[in-house]
Amino acid sequence: MASDLALDSARSVARSAREPGSGICFEDVTVAYKGTVVLERFSLTVAPGEIMAIIGPSGSGKTTALRAVAGFVRPVSGRIQIGERDVTDLPPYERDLGMVVQNYALFPHMRVDENVAFGLRARKEADTTVYGRVQECLRMVGMLNYARRYPRELSGGQQQRVAIARALAIRPRVLLLDEPLSALDAQIRRSMLDELARLHRELPALTVLYVTHDQTEALTLADRIAIMRDGRLVATGRSHALYRLPTNRFAAEFLGRANLLTVRREATSGAGSASDGVFARVRFGDVSLLARSAEGVSAGDECLLCIRPHDIGLQRPPAPVNALVGTVQSVVWQGDLHNVTLDLGADLGADLRGDLAGDRGDSILRLVSLPLREPPQPGDRLEVFFAPEDAVLIPAEAAHA
Amino acid sequence: MLVWSRTGRAGAWGVLALLFGVVYGVPLVMIALASIAGQWNGALPSHLSLGHYAEALDGDSAAQLRVSIVTGAVASAVAMFLGSWAALALRNLRPAPRRLFDMVFFLPSAVPSVSVGLGLLVAFSRQPLLLNGTTLIVIIAHFVLISAFTYGNVSAGLSRLPPEFELVAASLGARPGYRLRRVTLPLLTPYLIAAFSLSFAMSMGEVGATIMVYPPGWVTLPVGIFALTDRGEVFAGAALTMLLAITTLIVLLGLSRIPTKAVTRQG
Ligand SMILES: Nc1ncnc2c1ncn2[C@@H]1O[C@H](COP(=O)(O)OP(=O)(O)OP(=O)(O)O)[C@@H](O)[C@H]1O
Ligand SMILES: [Mg+2]
Repeated sequence: MASDLALDSARSVARSAREPGSGICFEDVTVAYKGTVVLERFSLTVAPGEIMAIIGPSGSGKTTALRAVAGFVRPVSGRIQIGERDVTDLPPYERDLGMVVQNYALFPHMRVDENVAFGLRARKEADTTVYGRVQECLRMVGMLNYARRYPRELSGGQQQRVAIARALAIRPRVLLLDEPLSALDAQIRRSMLDELARLHRELPALTVLYVTHDQTEALTLADRIAIMRDGRLVATGRSHALYRLPTNRFAAEFLGRANLLTVRREATSGAGSASDGVFARVRFGDVSLLARSAEGVSAGDECLLCIRPHDIGLQRPPAPVNALVGTVQSVVWQGDLHNVTLDLGADLGADLRGDLAGDRGDSILRLVSLPLREPPQPGDRLEVFFAPEDAVLIPAEAAHA
Repeated sequence: MLVWSRTGRAGAWGVLALLFGVVYGVPLVMIALASIAGQWNGALPSHLSLGHYAEALDGDSAAQLRVSIVTGAVASAVAMFLGSWAALALRNLRPAPRRLFDMVFFLPSAVPSVSVGLGLLVAFSRQPLLLNGTTLIVIIAHFVLISAFTYGNVSAGLSRLPPEFELVAASLGARPGYRLRRVTLPLLTPYLIAAFSLSFAMSMGEVGATIMVYPPGWVTLPVGIFALTDRGEVFAGAALTMLLAITTLIVLLGLSRIPTKAVTRQG
């Protein structure tokens, strides 16, 4: 569907979108339903033309944040800006934004083209404009051949495309997407993700706020990611940085299910390659490890060591390296990879095992590797390795955030 | 019905059919037979003829049928309009005051319709609201009795309407009036039709309140039937009943054929 026609039509939409794009700005936004605060002093800035993903567990307030931008809920305090305009007190129909909700909500009594035309008709655009714009948007999402169908005659993925075309037809500068792919099966989800990425390349001025609970979607699509929990923003950053260097425990666990080991920073600073102070030596039981240091972790502090399952190897690399020994608990083959869980408990010093019992952090280490010809067996003792660059420390106070 | 064996299922259906047959079928068959009876002395009527229908179709009864249809259509249309309006206006109310309004609407159905008629008569027999003896008071009586059902039907429809449709419409720039016209009302069409059908059927059969308020120039068919049977002309009354039933059925069938595109998509 990425035909020349599609590209042409996309370019004409992009050209006519009022340049430059406009960003979204939440300023201390608090939203309450019947007295219960579900969004608390939420502040977030989305730059013009940026794709910002909001992720977080169910009930964390992602949809509420989106609804506040759309004007479906009125914040009890705080301001919301779209571009230069403060929209906090504007009704939804004056906010000029496109929105795609989770179940698409295509109007069932209108055909596909009437659905797409809805926003233009509401704005009393001339018939010729409406016709041209509907064709253009349907072509852009590859649904031109379905213009005369009713929504119930479309598959989930097709309905989703129409919902996007309907939102884009009014040439919004801001597009709000609430879990747009969650109703689709895994395969279509992946191809729709590519479609969305292509769409944004063709409409670079379009600012997108994308709510999802799927970290893969967020990492694939977004320039920046905001992580929410219990109505609050817990972390935000460029996708890659946030994944590589999470700033707190929740971000580390929610984005990519990192391993978190409770460690203590050693008093003697920088040994080995830790010449520039980027690295710090920590103690995990009796084992000494080297990891990227973090602000707020001083010598002697207890903190968390965060290491991604795919950064742990089974072969000893030549360079300076951290090594851990544990007992294999389980080995699960998933076709293209092996999931191994390792219990480090037996090899810990007694003092740390005591610490661990109190803390939520356990002594289980998960790692994934390419399929192994001779996978380890449960009960085996296994030595695993990871590079200091791949391990990052998280301060203890943030650990409880 | 969770009956699995073949005979069990057949038995269950049999009992159900018998029950409905006795409750609905027998009275209807009796009326149908009576409407073509010349005499009815034994177990079955004799001297069968269509004479009663011929009488029914000329003269007073035809006029009464017309009056019934006009009354039913006007009262139902007004009830549909005002009932929907009330349902739309009251839907965002908090639960407590809402229940109060619900009760006010349904109260007329909870008292004998004769009392409703009496109430209207007393209320509108004095200046400045002197409606006694007018056509309007009949239509008002019907409206009072049926509006609860339009209100109830439309409220039910509204509460079942996913809020996303209206929210998305608003985000696309539709102001409240436009949204109501292009989204909310079309999606409510099935409920509006159901409300109108029910109101019309109830109005066509209404006698209690009408008999209290009707003027000589506006006699509905049920009132006519009541008068006939009261005078002992049971067979003629039966023929008119059949006429009334068939007319109502035709109107309802017509209403049910109005296409509603607002079928929610599957899946
Ligand atoms: N209309 C409402 N009335 C009362 N409480 C609500 C309403 N909508 C949401 N909530 C509450 O607000 C909180 C946040 O809800 P929200 O829909 O924003 O979560 P979410 O992050 O989008 O979750 P999910 O991933 O499940 O969609 C929840 O605890 C929810 O129960
Ligand atoms: Mg949600």
